[in-house]
Amino acid sequence: MSKAQWALELKDVRKSFESRGGAKEVLGGISLSVRDGEFVSIIGPSGSGKTTLFQLIGGLAPLSGGEVWMDGRNTTGHRGHIAYMPQQASLMPWRTVRGNIELALQIAGIDRKQARAKATDWLARIELDAYADSYPHALSGGMQQRISFLRALLSPQPFMLLDEPFGALDALTRQQMQQWLLTIWEANRRSVLLVTHSIEEALLLSDRIIVLSAAPAVIVDEIVVPFARPRKESLWTDPQFNALKQQIYEQLHQPTV
Amino acid sequence: MDNSKSRWRSIFPPILVIAVLLAVWELAVVWGRVPEWKLPAPSVIVAEAIAIWPRLMLHAGATVQLALIGFTGGAAAGFALAALLHLIPGARRAFYPLLVLSQNVPVVAIGPILTIWLGYGILPKLILVWLVCFFPVSVAMLSGLNDTDPVLRNYMRMIGASRQQQFWRLELPNAVTHLFSGLKIAASYAVLSAVVAEWIGADKGLGHFMLISSKGYQAASVFASVFLIVALSLTLFGIVALAEKLVVRWRPAKEAKKV
Repeated sequence: MSKAQWALELKDVRKSFESRGGAKEVLGGISLSVRDGEFVSIIGPSGSGKTTLFQLIGGLAPLSGGEVWMDGRNTTGHRGHIAYMPQQASLMPWRTVRGNIELALQIAGIDRKQARAKATDWLARIELDAYADSYPHALSGGMQQRISFLRALLSPQPFMLLDEPFGALDALTRQQMQQWLLTIWEANRRSVLLVTHSIEEALLLSDRIIVLSAAPAVIVDEIVVPFARPRKESLWTDPQFNALKQQIYEQLHQPTV
Repeated sequence: MDNSKSRWRSIFPPILVIAVLLAVWELAVVWGRVPEWKLPAPSVIVAEAIAIWPRLMLHAGATVQLALIGFTGGAAAGFALAALLHLIPGARRAFYPLLVLSQNVPVVAIGPILTIWLGYGILPKLILVWLVCFFPVSVAMLSGLNDTDPVLRNYMRMIGASRQQQFWRLELPNAVTHLFSGLKIAASYAVLSAVVAEWIGADKGLGHFMLISSKGYQAASVFASVFLIVALSLTLFGIVALAEKLVVRWRPAKEAKKV
């Protein structure tokens, strides 16, 4: 009955790739769930198959085992159920900022007029309307990522995947972006699964953090982040913040079991 | 003002070179006493062009018609062929060698055969121009379609874009700049191949006119039509280049460099 309150459920998801000398296991049975309106982060050492996991959730690659459920439906191997924000902004260079947002909404099935109205409305709401008719090449990296986030936020799919969205930005821009995203997300709660390399980023943004091991990836720990919302950047001075940071750091650096 | 100055600076050297060349030609012919039927001086060519202007225009009209229909048809065929080869799995690999092969058959050889099959009407000549024009368009277009950024492709698949949406919203817009470089090459070939087609069998057109002029040792008429052909070719090229500027407006502007 209460199934549908899970925005996303992964049931023992496995993936291995064929290679010389047998199969190489990348994901060794991942089970996790994200509640409606919950912000969950996945953190793991490099090469722990986080990108592969996203490809499976997005329906781009076949699973070696397990199931993907969204909104109480089995969506294993089906595309089109997620709003996606990749590491590189991935804006079409021949479309304006508004045009790029429109495109994502149209592909999700919203008609052109509505898509345009929604894009215009929201660009104004987050004070980016000055950029509505600019082409992506005229924007800074941080600004491109804001557009990329807004595009995902406005997409009607029930679930948002953020794939290391700030990984390519410099440290200062990254901090500003985290704060910006936090503010917008807290005002417009969506179910989010974020992959990140940054422990601070995960602690600042998420309700829950899932720590993965190196390949074959399994879930090492699941941490409920105790800080109240709305959160502030000054959180990092909190002793509890640093204790959790230390804990996750150690979990990431322990030898593979 | 700065802009017009820099434009003048880029236009001036080639104009100067051409002017010097024409002057040398004129003087060489006059002082060297080259007979007019061998090599007429530029001034003689201009005088001849003015004298035969109505006839020249009549023939130019036929050539322009042939070149334009041939260019449009060839470009459309090239576009459609590229899209098909791209969209049908495996077709690209299977047909690409044939595509290249088709360009190695000399136009001069196909022409007479087409005339044997289809007579002296406009059709065999049109087919010849089509054959010349479709190739650069389809090859450029194919490489443009193939050149799609894998990051953007992944993004489109992640958000659930269908194969059709990927083609129309991603691959095709991405190929537009390539398409235009193919169109520009086709445009510069179109007039030339129309002239060659008229050479092989026609009763009008600049190619036909050149042929009878040269048989009559009227070198000035031949040169007048050559200049006209060059002008027509450049014009068609210019129109395509202008269309590109109007269509591809998103490309990083030059102003960005100046700042």
